[in-house]
Amino acid sequence: MVAATLTLLCIAGALFAPWIAPQNPFDPASLNLNEAFHRPGSPGYPLGSDDQGRDLFSTILYGARISLGVGLASVLFALLLGVSLGLVSGYAGGRIDAFIMRVADVQLSFPAILIALLVDGVARVSLPGVVQGSIAIPVLILSIGVSGWVQYARTVRGLTLVEREKEYVQAARVIGRRPLAIMVAHVLPNVLGPVLVIATIHIATAIITEATLSFLGVGVPPTEPSLGTLIRVGNDFLFSGEWWIALFPGCALVILVLSINLLGDWLRDALNPKLR
Amino acid sequence: MPLLSLRGVSRDFDVSRPWLDRALEHEPRRFLRAVDGVDLDVNPGETLALVGESGSGKSTLARLIVGLYAPTSGAVSFSGRRMQMIFQDPYASLNPRWRVRDIIAEPMRVLQTKKEVSDLLRQVGLAPEDAERYPHEFSGGQRQRVSIARALAGEPDLLVCDEPTSALDVSVQAQILNLMIDLQRRLGLTYVFISHNLAVVSQVADRVGVMYLGRIVEVASAKALFSHPRHPYTRMLLDAVPDLELSGRPRTPVAGEVPNPLDPPPGCPFNPRCPHANERCRTEKPAFIDGVACHAVAEGRI
Amino acid sequence: MTLEVKGLKVEFPSRRGTLTALDDVSFSIQRGEVLGVVGESGAGKSLTGLAIIGLLEPPGRIAAGEIWLEGRRIDNLPPEEMRRVRGRRIGVVFQDPLTSLNPLFTIGQQLEETILTHLPLGRAAARDRALSLLSEVGIPAPEARYDSYPHQFSGGMRQRVVIALAIAAEPVLLIADEPTTALDVSIQAQIIELLKRLARERGTAVMLITHDMGVIAETSQRVAVMYAGRVVEIGPVHEVIRAPLHPYTAGLMGSIPKIGIEKKRLVQIDGAMPRLNAIPPGCAFNPRCPKRFDRCLAERPDPLAVGARAAACWLHAAP
Repeated sequence: MVAATLTLLCIAGALFAPWIAPQNPFDPASLNLNEAFHRPGSPGYPLGSDDQGRDLFSTILYGARISLGVGLASVLFALLLGVSLGLVSGYAGGRIDAFIMRVADVQLSFPAILIALLVDGVARVSLPGVVQGSIAIPVLILSIGVSGWVQYARTVRGLTLVEREKEYVQAARVIGRRPLAIMVAHVLPNVLGPVLVIATIHIATAIITEATLSFLGVGVPPTEPSLGTLIRVGNDFLFSGEWWIALFPGCALVILVLSINLLGDWLRDALNPKLR
Repeated sequence: MPLLSLRGVSRDFDVSRPWLDRALEHEPRRFLRAVDGVDLDVNPGETLALVGESGSGKSTLARLIVGLYAPTSGAVSFSGRRMQMIFQDPYASLNPRWRVRDIIAEPMRVLQTKKEVSDLLRQVGLAPEDAERYPHEFSGGQRQRVSIARALAGEPDLLVCDEPTSALDVSVQAQILNLMIDLQRRLGLTYVFISHNLAVVSQVADRVGVMYLGRIVEVASAKALFSHPRHPYTRMLLDAVPDLELSGRPRTPVAGEVPNPLDPPPGCPFNPRCPHANERCRTEKPAFIDGVACHAVAEGRI
Repeated sequence: MTLEVKGLKVEFPSRRGTLTALDDVSFSIQRGEVLGVVGESGAGKSLTGLAIIGLLEPPGRIAAGEIWLEGRRIDNLPPEEMRRVRGRRIGVVFQDPLTSLNPLFTIGQQLEETILTHLPLGRAAARDRALSLLSEVGIPAPEARYDSYPHQFSGGMRQRVVIALAIAAEPVLLIADEPTTALDVSIQAQIIELLKRLARERGTAVMLITHDMGVIAETSQRVAVMYAGRVVEIGPVHEVIRAPLHPYTAGLMGSIPKIGIEKKRLVQIDGAMPRLNAIPPGCAFNPRCPKRFDRCLAERPDPLAVGARAAACWLHAAP
């Protein structure tokens, strides 16, 4: 119950940032460098302010919004990619299956963060500088998504192999439905349950990956900071006494990830008919 | 002219180990011949039953007929409009996420047939209101009725039924068998009825084919087969059926089990268990002559 | 009397109230007798077996009644003592021979283990006994198969091994729950022969649970017909099959397909057995019964006493 409330509070905070936050940290007009490095608890700056004079509380709310957005979008992307490849792999079998699964094996032997870095790097090099700023977030989503499709593909493939042999699929084949129609209309609804559970838990992982990439400086640009970017900025001031700039976004990240994991656990139990 | 005819139909399954393991250990590919050179005609309006024990290839043959498997060799020709299939497991043959209405309407949508879901439900003994329910809300027998309604929605002239009642309780089995007999009379359907249960077969079949290790060993009218079985395997099967009449007839104890289909015996596949086997049976595959594939019968020994 | 069950009642307490899964079940089995227990799925026949061997799945519990094995009451024994009774005095054979055997040990090891647990024998004697058991259940060349693993056996051979395990400690009662259902017809006949022989030669009392009246007709001396958790008819197999008293038994017999009869409709009982949470008042069979009258709707027929040839039906009530 406490967990549910906390989760809701966190997600609501992130979603409704523009309406809750006292300040819009992305609006250069509202920034004032004179207000930099306020300590937490200063009037108007409950959690202090950063080096640009932005209110840290507002920045965290906005940052969480970006983190959550990037997390959700990249999981959606991974889900789409993984589920389709898994379905095709499991349903078609044979060489197609072998090919997709070998690609998956190869990818699994690299850490996900490395894949994301690689995709991100390639995209940056191959695109002109002008475009880079505006597409930084889509590139990030793409790279995190590509690094995470494998577990969906594997799960869906396994479940598809089971469902494919069931007689309702054979019945649809006797009727004369095309493979694609059978995959989408018959198999997909029956393999989606476990996948959705993985997805919720994956959102948390994706947010951490995003934070890591941003912390390393290849993620979200500092003009639209996510939690990871904030931590990186804060890191520069950690030893000069302005500890709050790194600490509070860090705490926010932990709470956000934790609450999403709790949500995933709850969803898993709710979807499991044996526990109902 | 037969509605369905099979000529020399065989089907192999590749049961080799993965390519890498084979290459490392210099193993050849291995094939399992599930159906071996089957010739069969099904006439319009009749019920042809195929009986056999596990591993006899009867379910594979059913799937070859409806086209779920392609034959490795031989040909299946069908002169009717359409066939449909009814499956064994009432719990797996309906998509658990679909409503009964959508399940029954699917063949109509795909095949462009004009039927009413509520009519079909009434025909199989369910209520039109059942259309809005999900499969898990039904008992095994009711689900099998839904399966039959789905098959009828495709306006078939041939229904291939793969053990349609073997997962059901006796009293429910009787209901479904009666329903199938009624539907056949009313709609002039032709059935290919697969079963391991000789008693069930004798209740519904006009003609019976007995399968052993992928081959048809005997085909005869139901009357002839059950009163005068010719192939030693048919005799053995009939003898093994538990006797409800309590006639106290002596039972010849049946020896042995079905051999591994991966490694079938040479000659007649039944020779290791056959009381009439001789040297010829152990070396030469009997041809299918006049409804039976057996050297002993052909030579007039039995 | 080897086994006596008197007024057995099994309940499953749940959030939505208590389900009565078995109600007033009584029967007995003599030494060397095979009692068939027949019924459709959900009738409570397997549950009766589980209750006797003390393996009811919690929260299921025996709410009333007594179970006596050779003059000793066993339904209220402490678990440890019941465990000893189970291996030593009662042998059990389940439907699926593959799951009843441990795939990681050879059948020889499994047999020896069982023998050593229950009988005061040394290793060598246990091995001899295991070999003689294997040949008794009809496994050809037991010496050669002794060190094989279960997966190297066919279904029929595995079921023989399971039976050998069940009779290893010379139990007085053998409970066989659908022992032939997973097997082909020809193998089924072999296992039926084996069970009959065990009862005849060893004097083991056998409780044969099955949905297949044909198997019971071949094997048993007496049969108990179960419906919705109650015994509705009990008596000698010949009488029950030839002249069933209870309308349910009559319907059941009519719906069994028989060989040699011309293609025609079977007698059928409409509807289905009620679920445990929806057993109608009065006689549980009344909604499907072609012969019901007022009394059937209101009053439940008297449960059957031990040892009688009777049907729980108002048509056959003593005036």
